[in-house]
Amino acid sequence: MADAAQTKGTGLLVDQEADQGLGAKLVYVGRLLWRDKSGLLGLIMFLTVVFSAVLAPWISPHPPLKQDLRAAKRPPVWAAKGDISHPLGTDNLGRDLLSRIIYGSRVSLTVGFFGVLIAGSLGLVIGLVSGYAGGRTDNVIMGGVNLILALPYLVFVVFIAAILGRSLINVILIFGFTDIPIFVRITRGEVLRLRESGFVESAKSIGAGRLRIIFDHILPNLLGPLITIATFEMSAMIFYEAGLGFLGLSVPPSVPSWGNMLATGRKYLTIYPWIATFPGLAIVFTGLGMNLFGDWLRDALDPRMRRLKR
Amino acid sequence: MAPILEVSDLVTRFYTFDGVVHALNGVSFDLQAGETLAIVGESGSGKSVTMMSLLHLLPMPPARIEGGSALFHDDSGTIDLLKLNRAEISRVRGGRIGFIFQDALSALNPVMTVGRQIAESLERHLGLGHEQCRRRVVELLEKVGIPGAKQRYRNYPHQFSGGMRQRVMIAVAMACNPKIVIADEPTTALDVTVQAQIVELTQQLQRELGIAVIWITHDLGVVAGIADRVLVMYAGRPVEIAPVDDLYDHPGHPYTIGLLEALPRMDAAGSKRLISIEGSPPDLMAPPAHCQFAWRCRYAFERCWNEVPPQVSVGPQHHITCFYDVNRERPRDNV
Amino acid sequence: MQRYILSRLFQSIMILFGVLFIIFFMLQATGDPVSLMVSRNASPEEIEAVREAMGFNRPLIVQFGDFIAGAVVGDFGDSLRHKQPAMDLILERLPATVELATTALFMAMLIGIPLGLLGGSNPGSLWDTLARGAGLIGQTIPNFWLALILIIVFAVKLGWLPAFGRETWQFLGITLPTRSVILPAFALGLFTMGQLVRFTRSAVMEIRSEDFVRTAYSKGLSDRQIYIRHILRNAAIPLISIIGVQFGYLLSGSIYIETICSWPGLGNLLAEAIGNRDFALVQAIAFFTSLVVVTLNLLTDIAYGLADPRIRYGD
Repeated sequence: MADAAQTKGTGLLVDQEADQGLGAKLVYVGRLLWRDKSGLLGLIMFLTVVFSAVLAPWISPHPPLKQDLRAAKRPPVWAAKGDISHPLGTDNLGRDLLSRIIYGSRVSLTVGFFGVLIAGSLGLVIGLVSGYAGGRTDNVIMGGVNLILALPYLVFVVFIAAILGRSLINVILIFGFTDIPIFVRITRGEVLRLRESGFVESAKSIGAGRLRIIFDHILPNLLGPLITIATFEMSAMIFYEAGLGFLGLSVPPSVPSWGNMLATGRKYLTIYPWIATFPGLAIVFTGLGMNLFGDWLRDALDPRMRRLKR
Repeated sequence: MAPILEVSDLVTRFYTFDGVVHALNGVSFDLQAGETLAIVGESGSGKSVTMMSLLHLLPMPPARIEGGSALFHDDSGTIDLLKLNRAEISRVRGGRIGFIFQDALSALNPVMTVGRQIAESLERHLGLGHEQCRRRVVELLEKVGIPGAKQRYRNYPHQFSGGMRQRVMIAVAMACNPKIVIADEPTTALDVTVQAQIVELTQQLQRELGIAVIWITHDLGVVAGIADRVLVMYAGRPVEIAPVDDLYDHPGHPYTIGLLEALPRMDAAGSKRLISIEGSPPDLMAPPAHCQFAWRCRYAFERCWNEVPPQVSVGPQHHITCFYDVNRERPRDNV
Repeated sequence: MQRYILSRLFQSIMILFGVLFIIFFMLQATGDPVSLMVSRNASPEEIEAVREAMGFNRPLIVQFGDFIAGAVVGDFGDSLRHKQPAMDLILERLPATVELATTALFMAMLIGIPLGLLGGSNPGSLWDTLARGAGLIGQTIPNFWLALILIIVFAVKLGWLPAFGRETWQFLGITLPTRSVILPAFALGLFTMGQLVRFTRSAVMEIRSEDFVRTAYSKGLSDRQIYIRHILRNAAIPLISIIGVQFGYLLSGSIYIETICSWPGLGNLLAEAIGNRDFALVQAIAFFTSLVVVTLNLLTDIAYGLADPRIRYGD
């Protein structure tokens, strides 16, 4: 109903974190996570994927590329002809699906991580320039940003991938560069907002230099929104990588990746449906984890949302 | 004169993630028919929360009204506003008690014509038909001084200037001839000349229609010209209530004295610089078991740090909540 | 309003020129566009023949001028594979994609908007949980995998719906969809459904806490009146732009679904063209879908302007 009453109108709720140490802040974040269990769940799901990518050689039951034609097309362990040595079954060449899914997380996370790193860092710099310089520079940059955002994204990603050819580096570069506008826009928006706000004004009035203001006042405030967006964008890149793999436009076919596995699975869809099912579940699991965490992060960073005790 | 509204011991709290905010800690006051009561205090003192509690306008959760009563008297009898259910309070809102909000631009629906926004309450409370509604809306717009009311009635809020929008807001509040109008800092967002016009308009309508007005503000300067009595609030508690002249001439609470000293003075020799009230603001999360103002009070003595002061009368209509007698410059012995 | 429309129109035209620029130079960026188009073991004579035929031996600026001039009249040259004008192929495939995207949009709106309204107006309720869940599902299930799973369940196991191909029926000379569209449209529309739920829910929640809603309460209106007149009406306006953007996304994002379900639309044509390294056709499709998306955005902006009095009566 009249939410504004207690947030804007009376200023009753004084921000408590203003002068707390790092330890106290972490405790506070912990409490927030614990209150909203879905955020915690999302974090755990995401960390599970990260750990399986890091520990892949030690936790995979089989080497991901090892073919065993006698064990080919075996169903998962709970099906009639399942076998405990291949818990999720095998593909058409007898490669163990569980091991390939575990190794596949490496491709997904690498693409997601480096893609976001490139897009985020370039986007941050361009956004800072755009927001700070204003005028013609800003117009030119935002013109480019709006142009790229107006394109049908999937069509162009597919187009570029087809031209560049299959390799991990190419995929990372494609996502890293096409995703810059998102970060530019968010950075620029925050810079414009912060520039108007009181504390930047007062920093300026005591004679702080431009770089000083950026590092001391603007960057710390940008961190929250950028991390939130990075979470969502990384999850989106993992999707798009799998999609490109599915079309045969991502990493080379020999590399175990979720998209490549789906492409194989599609060929045998009606007879051996598990080959396509499990890599898809891995994508959903990862995406779910990152989105739950991202939603929580966004709410936690929005003071208005945090205030309301559910 | 008979009181039209008697509020006693109103307690409102907000249950937030960061803790319980003790927004109102026993607010009592009364309002006489036709008078203007100004409620003064800094942000967070509970001025607006008091009014919104009375009309159930706070978001619940996180807000909870935890005690007190608010007796509203009119021709049809006496009701306790705090005990009404949703349907009953909605008949009071807009019908018998009107509300003028601070920022008319955000308080008016941007995609609905102002005519419709006024007509809504007429339909709801007076059951007027379409044509009657239209006539009454035009009449109201003329009354609040909007030129070309017949045409402007079809306009949207963004097509009006700030002052004109606030006039529309007043028309909304006065549409159904209420007994009380609550004006929540209606002039804050306006420039000084427009402020004066809005104040004058409100007073004129108040005299014409015999409405009691509760005027919420943080500006003691505005109060002098409009109020009959003044209620000063601090940390969710009334600290002083007095007729306006009495308050200016003999302020009894150290906080009121501080507020008056903080006013820029025209009469003083111009050399005096602005004085602000020093010390830390009140803690609403964990209210102490002593006077909340003690932290900032230049007169605070031992008792102020041990007990919460009760209300004492220092004149026929003049009550304060303080252990110290500023006129005699020593602690009171009668409390 | 007129100025608003004109400025949007100008922006759209600028964007389309930008698109042409990107499409043209993307092929050049690899160094030699001809090497992309011919098979790996083509002889130097064959390569030269293609270069000659495609006009790649001319100066770049002349090529670009030609490309723009062609694009303005809808001519992107012939498809290498089909030996037909690329635009003809596109127009031939367009109806199937429009049918798929429209059905997907309606399915998404039918589920997404009511669920978002229910969730947003009862925060913390069962409806809200459902809405949050639906929003999350839409965002976390990739449509290409969903299509595969739906085929396994509804086509293979249960046999309720056809999984592959498009069937239509003629009624009074109009081509109408059949149930063959249901499965691919649902898979395609799930993401949009999720976006609509999320957006509607948060719009309603946000508007509920606006000052003017508090004013409406202070006028003594009933919950129902406030909901319909003040909350829904205000939520509907931004919803227009979300729906417009999503329709563009559906029209241009059907490549996976069309490939999986053998749906004879633009997405399928794009996948084929890429498989055949038929880049004239890829360029034409990229431009055409951009044109569709940009036009849709323009129409959406105009509809938004008409619906919002702040723009309609602004200057």
